[in-house]
Amino acid sequence: MSFQLPALKYDYKALEPYIDAMTMDIHYNKHHGAYTTNLNSAIVGTSLDDLPIEEILREVSKHSAAVRNNGGGYYNHNLFWEVMTPSGGGLPTGELYSAIVKNFGSFDEFKEKFSSAAATRFGSGWAWLVWTGNELKVFSTPNQDNPLMDVSEIKGFPLMGLDVWEHAYYLKYQNRRVEYVQNFWNVIDWKTVNERFIIATNK
Amino acid sequence: MKHELPKLNYAADALASVISTKTMEFHYGKHHQAYVNNLNNLIPGTRFENASLEEIIREADGGILNNGAQVWNHTFYFESFSASPKSKPEGELLAAIEIAFGSFDEFKSKFSNAAVTLFGSGWAWLVIDTDGKLAITQESNAGNPIRKNQKPLLTCDVWEHAYYLDYQNRRPDYVQAFWNILDWKVVEDRFRKSR
Repeated sequence: MSFQLPALKYDYKALEPYIDAMTMDIHYNKHHGAYTTNLNSAIVGTSLDDLPIEEILREVSKHSAAVRNNGGGYYNHNLFWEVMTPSGGGLPTGELYSAIVKNFGSFDEFKEKFSSAAATRFGSGWAWLVWTGNELKVFSTPNQDNPLMDVSEIKGFPLMGLDVWEHAYYLKYQNRRVEYVQNFWNVIDWKTVNERFIIATNK
Repeated sequence: MKHELPKLNYAADALASVISTKTMEFHYGKHHQAYVNNLNNLIPGTRFENASLEEIIREADGGILNNGAQVWNHTFYFESFSASPKSKPEGELLAAIEIAFGSFDEFKSKFSNAAVTLFGSGWAWLVIDTDGKLAITQESNAGNPIRKNQKPLLTCDVWEHAYYLDYQNRRPDYVQAFWNILDWKVVEDRFRKSR
C-alpha cells in the first residue's frame, strides 16, 4: 500500500486573500507531494508498509528520521487542508465551543493562546489544538512532529493544526508570521474541527 | 552593550544573480534586524547585558541564545559574499580541505548535501573541529558551532526565509547558486585567524 496525496476540497485560489493561490499550489503539490513520495520510499518493503499513518506515528521513535519527518509532514498537511475552508472563520460550533470555553475561559483566550503558540514557535513547526483524553490543550511542536507521536511533549488527538514553516506563508507575508496567523482565523473550518472533537471524545 | 546591525560590504542588489534584492531586503533588513532588536530588548538587567555574542552563544539559553546566535550567524553569512568573489580556496586552506574531504569538489558536494538535507530551519557549517581537523556539520534553528568549541569557517543559511522568494521549495538550486557568490578570500582569512 502506498499513501496518496489527498484531493483538496477547494481550489488553489479559494482561500485568498488569506492564503494566495501560488502558495497553495507549491505548498500542496511540491511540499506535501514530496512528503508523500518520501514517506512511501521510506516505508516500502518494511513492516510499516501496510499500517495506517496514525499507527506509524504512534511509535515513531522506533523508526527512522525519514519516517518521522515525512510521516509527520504527510499527516500534518492532510489535516491542515482539511481544517480550512473558504467559508470559514467565526466562532466554533457545537460541543467544541462549550469545551473551549470550559478549558480556556473564553474563545478569545483560546484564540490568543493558540496564536501565541504559532507566533512563538522558533524555527519551523506547527501549533496545535489537541484533545488529550480528558482536556483540550494548545501547544506547538518543532518541524513535522505532531501530537500523535510518542516523541511529542503533549500527546493526544489533533483537532486543528497551523503550519508555521516559513514555506506556509513566506511568498505572501514574508517575515510577518503574526499577520499570517491572524488571517488563519478567517479560513478555519469549525464544522470540521467540531467533527474531529466529537470523534476524539467518543473514542 | 547595545548590539548593532552590521553594515553590508556590498549593495542590496549586488548578489541579485543568486540572491534577489527583495530577499536581501527582507533577510538583512527585517530578519537580521529583528534578531538584533530582540536581543537588545532581552538582555538589559541580565548577566548578558554587556556580554559579547560569543559569550552569549557559549553560555545563554532560551530567547537570548536564539537571538544572539542568529545575530552572529547572519553577520557571518552575509560577510562571506561578494559580487566579485574568489571562486576557489588556495594554499593552506585548500590543502586542509583536500586532507579532510579528498578534493575541493568532494568538499563542495558534501557541504551542499549537508545544506540540502538539514530538515527544517538551520545552517550548514564548515568548521575546525576540536581535534583540529576540518568538518562539515548541520545545526538546527539558531545552532552555532562555537557552543561546541568548534571554530566556524563558513556557513549556509537554509532557513526557508533565506531562499523562498527566489527558489521556493527548490533548496538544492539555492545551495548550488550559493557557491557563485561565496568569497573564498573571506574563508581563507577566517582559517588563518582561527589557527
